[in-house]
Amino acid sequence: MRLGKINPKKLWVPGATFVVLALLATLPLYASTYSVILLTSILMFVILALSWALFSAPTGYISLAPAAFFGVGIYTSAILGKQLPFPLVVSLGGLISFCLALLVGALTLRLRGIYFAMFTFGLVELIKHFWLWYEIQFTGTRGRFVVVVPHNTIYLAMFAVFVLLLLTTYLVRRSRLGLALRSIGECEEAAAHIGVNVNALKTVMFAVSAIFMGAAGSIIATRWTYVDPYIAFNPLYSFMAVLMALFGGLGHPYGPILGAAIFAYLEELLITRFPYYYMLIFGVVLIITVLYLPEGLIGLIGKIWRRVRGGHYAAA
Amino acid sequence: MPLLEGKGVTRYFGGLAAVHKVDFYVERGEIVGLIGPNGAGKTTLFNLISGALVPQSGQIHFKGENITGLKPHVICKKGIARTFQLVRIFPNMSALENVALAALFGRPDGLSMKQALEEAEKWLEFVGLSAVKGVPARNLTLANQKRLEVARALATDPELLLLDELMAGLNPTEVAQAMDLVNQIRERGITVFVVEHVMKAIMGICDRIIVLHHGEKIAEGTPQEIANSRTVIEVYLGE
Repeated sequence: MRLGKINPKKLWVPGATFVVLALLATLPLYASTYSVILLTSILMFVILALSWALFSAPTGYISLAPAAFFGVGIYTSAILGKQLPFPLVVSLGGLISFCLALLVGALTLRLRGIYFAMFTFGLVELIKHFWLWYEIQFTGTRGRFVVVVPHNTIYLAMFAVFVLLLLTTYLVRRSRLGLALRSIGECEEAAAHIGVNVNALKTVMFAVSAIFMGAAGSIIATRWTYVDPYIAFNPLYSFMAVLMALFGGLGHPYGPILGAAIFAYLEELLITRFPYYYMLIFGVVLIITVLYLPEGLIGLIGKIWRRVRGGHYAAA
Repeated sequence: MPLLEGKGVTRYFGGLAAVHKVDFYVERGEIVGLIGPNGAGKTTLFNLISGALVPQSGQIHFKGENITGLKPHVICKKGIARTFQLVRIFPNMSALENVALAALFGRPDGLSMKQALEEAEKWLEFVGLSAVKGVPARNLTLANQKRLEVARALATDPELLLLDELMAGLNPTEVAQAMDLVNQIRERGITVFVVEHVMKAIMGICDRIIVLHHGEKIAEGTPQEIANSRTVIEVYLGE
């Protein structure tokens, strides 16, 4: 939330956003199946990174729980996918993740800093092993098959979740809630003493961000066709969400989007061109980002923009 | 009935009695000072009043209502605002945003964004920070950051303001300005409870002073009485 006046010259950003969204919405009409599948996976990572940033960027609480909520979504699809219509399954994936996050958040958001990060990381492992135990004990198998859904449907569902997330991010940032969330990140104790109900706000936003992770999980599960707890609750998805968001920059919602889009595309490119070196190149890119781009891509773009325009308080 | 009243307020940290069975009261319209050597429990007492800490025994009443153990955001909405010993501003937000947030969230009646901004402008002007309202709070001087905290506390529309070492770290000119500010706050009908180490300041502005030592109240009275009290002199200067 910026308190300054709206600059008409900045209208090209919403304009460009609209054009890109329109192009993405109509993608299945003109693009190849390969592009649709690729874009599905890019959008999935964008959703993970952006929904992570929705809570963690303003508050400064580093959550490593995305994989937990993502996995809950995946299993919602695996268990209910055959009985219920696809949109309902996706909504349920989001809803169950929301409830779980509400519970977990209420219990643990009093933890700060590294303790919160450790706990959320532990949550992924806890759910994974609990579920593994449950499956072997009660269903007698380790994995499950997931109902198959056409590629275009998967893509459009992912796109719809992305649009909803974008809208949520925009509304939160504009509202007084966005300002209150930022005040928690800046100084939580002071925020509480000027009347912000910090625990309730943190818990609710943590849970809201989990909705989108869960929904993305229940959509992508239908493309994977087979899942087991190791696939569904893979902590790599937590790390990816955090790294992509940091790579893009947390200063603006376009940061995580850009970071996730580039990262996900790079992964695809590297894995096909350099199957033996792709992890290595990935690591190098990451180190360079952390060392030289502390504010991420969006910070770099802002810096160049200010240099071109020649003012230093352009962002203030 | 006093505006704020505490009875037998006690808080231990481990085996250490930070505040032990302290009785105190603050009348409406007063400026009350809280003094004592380092570690006497002054800030702990403020934390107990503002809800940052919960007393292990004893009760605190505000306007006759028991507020013991309530959360800080609830106590703030009831009309108690505070500043911090070490400034706790929102460093990356502008001065205006710092104060507007308090006006948005700290009042029982919800203000619109526009009203909150007007309110914030008003209090920034009151503390003399209008000129720097757009500057990120981290770039203000210490004296101005302390003023910003006062403006932020005032924007929650309090009846009682707790000032925790407003003058620590300020130079003599700034101390004089801060004393002036406290008097202006009282003229607005806001009751003030101050923790302070700067003796000249506390003797000059307070109607009444409470002295804490090792978590217990050892004296209470007018600045004159406190300055002449044998117990207080012994505590501060040794025998």
